[in-house]
Formats: sequence, structure tokens, C-alpha cells
Amino acid sequence: MRESSTGWLLTLPAALAFLLLVLAPTLAAVTLAFTDFELGAGPPAWIGLENFRELLEDQGFLKSFRNTVLYVGLVAPASVALGLALALLIESRAPLRGFFRAVFFLPVVSLTVAMASAWQYLLHPTIGPINAALRAIGIAGPNWLSDSSTVMLSLSAIGVWEGAGFNMVLFMAGLTAIPKELREAAHVDGARSAWERFRLVTWPLLGPTTLFVVTISLIRAVRVFDTVAVLTRGGPNKASEVLLYTMYTEGFTFLRLGYSAAITLVFLAIVLALMWVQTRVMDKRVHYA
Amino acid sequence: MRDFSVPSDAGRRPSGRLGFAALAAAAIRPLAAAVASDGPRILILSVLGLVFLAPYIWMLSASLKPTDEIFRASMTLLPESWAIAQNYGRVLREVPIARYLLNGAIMCGGILFFQLLFAIPAGYALAKLRFPGRDAVFGFVMLGLLVPAHVPALPLYVGLSALGWLDTFAALIVPSTISVFAIFLFRQFFKQLPDEIIHAARLDGMREGTIVWRIILPNAWPAATAFAIFSVVAHWNDLFWPLIVITGHDHATPALGVLHFRTEEAGDDFGALMAASVLMTAPLLLAFLFAQKRFVEGIATTGLKG
Repeated sequence: MRESSTGWLLTLPAALAFLLLVLAPTLAAVTLAFTDFELGAGPPAWIGLENFRELLEDQGFLKSFRNTVLYVGLVAPASVALGLALALLIESRAPLRGFFRAVFFLPVVSLTVAMASAWQYLLHPTIGPINAALRAIGIAGPNWLSDSSTVMLSLSAIGVWEGAGFNMVLFMAGLTAIPKELREAAHVDGARSAWERFRLVTWPLLGPTTLFVVTISLIRAVRVFDTVAVLTRGGPNKASEVLLYTMYTEGFTFLRLGYSAAITLVFLAIVLALMWVQTRVMDKRVHYA
Repeated sequence: MRDFSVPSDAGRRPSGRLGFAALAAAAIRPLAAAVASDGPRILILSVLGLVFLAPYIWMLSASLKPTDEIFRASMTLLPESWAIAQNYGRVLREVPIARYLLNGAIMCGGILFFQLLFAIPAGYALAKLRFPGRDAVFGFVMLGLLVPAHVPALPLYVGLSALGWLDTFAALIVPSTISVFAIFLFRQFFKQLPDEIIHAARLDGMREGTIVWRIILPNAWPAATAFAIFSVVAHWNDLFWPLIVITGHDHATPALGVLHFRTEEAGDDFGALMAASVLMTAPLLLAFLFAQKRFVEGIATTGLKG
């Protein structure tokens, strides 16, 4: 009796805060998506799937959706692969291990907005060091952030720079969980090259970690917002609109909350789908006895 | 623990007569040996490392240069004439750096305080106490883990606006005070605590509330530190939510501060913009450099469970 009342007492504050600050507003956002609610425009009306129908014909949104898919498709694989390579390379031997780990981890703890400004300078078409270096070898560099054909590529490069160190640290944690004896045993059993040992021992045992890192990288990439808000504001001509930025401008600049909520639901659906795929794959594939 | 394991001959002291050259050789030999045996690894990591550090190096470099030198786009890192006073002076005069940093600290501190206040007791109850409805509560926690913080943003904005709380610290702090992830993390952590500790305390006649305060809280430190690093890094760097609820300078966070300076004042003054970026990036970076191991472990444990 005493135990159960204590249990409730200890859970109650969190439960109330959760109801008020997470559950209720999330359900409200879902509801909003089916209304024409605009801030300061009178009472909202229920319009069913109208917002979603509009989304399908909204060239700006479709562009934003495609851009997000492109960004995720570029950033997630590249930052996972680079994160894994860095973790393997750094952990393989002792010299300068701590130093390199710190170097690649720096972007994770750096103020994104400030570093975006630094990237803007690096990528500046006329005064930026990157184009200055290209000029020195006789190449006219593009206008990285203001040209619609390079802007997503530039933002993706910054995304990889931000995410690789995070993934590296997760892979390092996964690597330390693999007993060294297994690799040594593989060596004794004839896996002479480092690549063989990686292929036969490390990679299979790293399966659960890899699956997890892939999922979290995908979700982090879907959430791209800061660099777009700071560097391009979706421009030029919507060439770098991404889901959360479109949701932000529709909701908080144009105050079309109903429409913005519909975009939020699309975003939520993508995140949930990615998590669902992760659990399905986890159940089926990455078991090892 | 595992860093910089130096080959064994490095510790050997050179005899007094050999002097500086031998000393230098003794110091360099292990490093040279390491590079010789470890060349490709060091080389690849160094090249990649330089690419990763490039934004920092050029940001620092531009923050030291006068505008005309920046606009000449020379590839030299060190300025011909130094403009430290000019760039940093302008930032310190025009940008309330201390205010932004203080705002960031108040926001992160406030959020973390409430997150722990809600999550530690709930995590303990879900891990160790039997009460009706526990499974349902845990189900909601798992459900909450699926929802990114951006989803409830619109209704929260409407609510805060109706309360007249926009552009206040409350608007920055309140929506993030509950972290289902923290509850989940502490539940997993407390599950590993042996039940005997709690039983023994009960046998000693300790009340349930006292057990939380005297036994559970002191034991929660490892998980609390890891979560604190995760939480502070996430909220310090976040732009999305402050951009929505804060309009003026009075409650602007470091992220908003850089954005304001960039759009309103800096214009083409890249030197000053880079100086502002250096000053705003420095605090968290320095904290990281001083407590590297904790940061990396904190992000790794929270990252892997999230």
C-alpha cells in the first residue's frame, strides 16, 4: 500500500507535465492539421483532408519534400560511413587517439549558428578561402550557397561535417563492446589481414550499433533546420527549402497554423516510419547467437 | 587510461652529459617511431582532421584581419596588419555577449533542473516500485520517445501566446521541462541498482521519501551527468524553439544572438561576424576541452539509448 502510493506520488509530477506539455499539444497538432486555423483569423473550421490535398499541389512543399529526401540521402550514408571509418582508424592504435577523437567531435559541441557563419565565409563566392584555392589552380568556383544547383550539396557537406563525429563516438562505444579476444582468435584462425578480421568479426558484431547509428542519422538529417534558417532561408527560389523550414515559415511567418500542422504530420510520419523500419530490421536481421 | 601509451623507452632519462639534443631526441624518437609504424593512419587522420578544423581555423583567422584584407581573399592565415581590437572591439561594444551567454545559461540550467526534478523520481518509481498503472505510464514514456520536439511546437506556441508568455524565460524553459527520454534513461539506470539497497533501507525504517533523497539521488549521478551533457549541448545549440518564441534581445540565447548580429548589424563586416562567432562558440568548446572524456561518454551513452 505504502509502496504503491509512493509510486504514484513520484510519477505524478512527470505524468502531469507530460500530459500538459507533450501529449495534449501533440494531439492538438494532429487535430489542427485537419482545420484551416490561422492565427488572428477567427475560429477555425474543420476541413478534413483539404490541407493534405493542398500539400500535394503545393510546388513549394513538394520541392521542400524532395530537398529533404535528397539531403537525408546524402548526409545519412556519408556521415555513417565517415563516422565508422574514423572510429576504426582512431581506435585501431594508441598514438594521438585522444587528440583525433577531440578534433572530429568538435562540431558536435559547437554552436551551429556560429559555425554556419564560419561556413558561409569559407564558401563565399569571392572572398571565401575555398574558391580562392580553386582560383589558384585555375578553376572558377561556383556560388556555393546562392546557386540552386549547388546549394543542397553545400548544406549536405555541412551536415556531414556536423554528424560524422557524433556517429564516430557511437561506433567507438560499439567497438569497445566487442571483445579483443575474438579478433585475436580470428587472427589465429587465419584471418591475416585487418580487412578480413573486420569483415568476419567486427562488422557482424557491430550490426546492432550500425543499425542504430543509421536510424539516428536518418532522423537527425530529416530534422535539418539550423543551417537552412541561417544560411539560405530556403533560397535561392526555394532551392533549399526543407520540411521543418517550410513548416516554420508557414506556421510562424504566415501564421497558417493548420497548414503548418499538416506539414508537421508529414514530418512525424517520416520519423515514425524510419523507427518502424528500424524495429522490423532489428527483429529480423541483426541477431547473432 | 587508453590514451597516448608511449613506447617503454620514452621514460628512460638521458644522462646529464648528453644535454638538450639527446633530450630532444628521446622525446622525438617515440613520436617518430609512431609515425613511421603508423604513417598511413596518422596521415589520413591528419588530412581529414584539417578539413574538419578548417571552419575553425578560417573563422579565427578572419576574426583577426581587417576588412580590406578579408576582401582581398588572400590564402594567408595570419593577417598583415592585426585587427583584433577593431573586430572584437566592435563585437564587444555592439553585441551584449555577456547577456546572451547568461540567457543561454539560465535557459539550459532551468531546463535541466526541471528535467531532473521530474525524471529522477519517475524513473525510480518505474524501475523499482510496484503500483497500479505503472505499465500504462511506461507505455506513454515509450510513446513519447517517438515524438520529436518539433511536433507539439505549434500548439505550445499558441498556448504560450494566449498566456502572454512569449518573449520570456518561461517560454524558453517550460516546454522542455519534461523529457521522456530522461525518464527512460533513469529507469534503465535504476533497474541496474540492486534491490537489496532499497530493502535494507526499508528494514532500517527509512521512509520512502527519504529513500529517494538519501539513497537514490546520490546513486543517480553517473546517469545525471551523462544526461546533463546531452541536454545542455542540445538546448544551448538549438535555434528552432528560441527563434519561435523570442523576438527581442533581452531573452535571446547565444544562437539567436549570433543570428541577430548577422542579419541586423554585421552586413559585410566578416571580421566582426567571425569575432562574434568565436566568442559565442568558445564557452561550450572550452567546457568540452576541459572535460572531454565526460562529454564523449555522455553523448555516447545517451546517444545509444536515444
